[in-house]
Amino acid sequence: MNNQTTTPTASPVALSVKNVHKSYGKTKALDDVSFDLQQGFYALLGPNGAGKSTLFQLLTGLFVPDTGSIEVSGIDISKRLTNALANIGIVFQQPALDLDLTVQANLTFHGRLRGMSTHEIKERSHDELSRLKIDDIANKTCRTLSGGNRRKVELVRALLGRPKVLLMDEATVGLDPASRDLLMNYVHELCVERKMSVLWATHLIDEAEQAEQVLVLNKGKLLEQGNAEQLCIKTQTDNLLDAFLQLSGETVKPTETRQI
Amino acid sequence: MPYTSYLRAMLAIIYREMVKFWHQRGRLLSALVRPALWLVVFAAGFQNIFGVSIIPPYETYIEYQEYVVPGLLGMVLLFNGMQSSLSLVYDREMGLMRLLLTAPQPRWFLLFSKLMAGTVLSVLQAYAFLVLCAVFQVGIPWDGWLYALPAMFIGGMMLGSLGLLLSVYVKQLENFAGTMNFVIFPMFFISTALYPLWKLKESGAEVVYYMASVNPFTHVVELIRFALYGKFNGLSLAVVVIATVIFFLLAVRGYNPQRGMAKMSRKPS
Repeated sequence: MNNQTTTPTASPVALSVKNVHKSYGKTKALDDVSFDLQQGFYALLGPNGAGKSTLFQLLTGLFVPDTGSIEVSGIDISKRLTNALANIGIVFQQPALDLDLTVQANLTFHGRLRGMSTHEIKERSHDELSRLKIDDIANKTCRTLSGGNRRKVELVRALLGRPKVLLMDEATVGLDPASRDLLMNYVHELCVERKMSVLWATHLIDEAEQAEQVLVLNKGKLLEQGNAEQLCIKTQTDNLLDAFLQLSGETVKPTETRQI
Repeated sequence: MPYTSYLRAMLAIIYREMVKFWHQRGRLLSALVRPALWLVVFAAGFQNIFGVSIIPPYETYIEYQEYVVPGLLGMVLLFNGMQSSLSLVYDREMGLMRLLLTAPQPRWFLLFSKLMAGTVLSVLQAYAFLVLCAVFQVGIPWDGWLYALPAMFIGGMMLGSLGLLLSVYVKQLENFAGTMNFVIFPMFFISTALYPLWKLKESGAEVVYYMASVNPFTHVVELIRFALYGKFNGLSLAVVVIATVIFFLLAVRGYNPQRGMAKMSRKPS
């Protein structure tokens, strides 16, 4: 496929993935995946088992690719993982909050892991919590929070280090539509305001439609990249779901929730 | 600047472990009840059966209760080392381990900080047990409390490193109980925690004697035993330090995605 499609803005490459292969035994999880992300909101669209989580594990250095390279802000992740991670914020698919600690204690722990001072952590966490209108929960134990608020806290945590690249791995799973929209709109705003590069993994068509660029991943292969309109034109279809089905050769019928 | 960053990260990890421990105060109780039962029931019951002759570091005849204290301190460190390992497996299942490993700090340093946190907790529990010994009037010299600190610390680090290494291979919490049985009991019973080495040899249990001689836990116990009486056991220190380094390096290798972890990891869901 052509990876040189139009990117959201002409800015330096924030995340570069080149010819990445990853297998688990005989199963190919990622097969020659290459793409570049600049500043903007990118959706990584694929059904369950497409390889989205594997890709995120590789981007955060939890796994290493069998072959290929990954660079974050020009830093090769295999050579300078620590420096590369300093530029990344991540919200994992599986919630990862210490439920027995308060929101502030969770944020402080994470900030300190990044080497931040108490002053910096307090200031930034207050700013981020206020912007999300959840500063009143700072002293609440995470166990008492709703699913939506837990996700917001995880987003705040990911933003504490002022990352250049924000990775959201199916971050809206389990959220009601209102919380989902709120989270997504907020990340869209931040993306522009802070000139971040956001990679938003999802299997929901409505979420992918809102992205400036969509990377279509299926069975470990990156099938196409472009905005929803470009993908529809390329596949001669009317909507992104049909475009996906056309690209992937899948025969899944559209559902009301418009999930893949 | 990076040193400040390292220090902040390490203190955060230690603080988090302390807070978690505070939330699970029952852990302290169980950590103390176990050796207390051995001290009060087992040692008192066998007081007249196990005669312990005068062997270094003792300069005079001692009661069995006194002999068994270093072994029980080792037991506290051993159980907490394994408990820390269990908490690592729990953290992995809860996704918190992933968060820790994606922090922008060297992975070996994050694991070392985890090890330090577990060791601090181990030593605090060991001191709580020493207080209990004082309550039961088991005669441990007061200055020994201070001398034993570095011995218990390095012993705690060795057992914590072993726990860290085990957490690489134990993928699920359900498998942990079995693993503990295969590690804790042989380590504890085939050691000098309950009986001196010469007793094993004298009773004809040659194989057990040799196994106990090379068991690193024996050397943790002996290091503490000597330190409690203001004496130094060079051989035990060497064995404990070498075992700590080996266990820790193997654990770091296990958590390195390029070498160990990736091969052992399951495909992410």
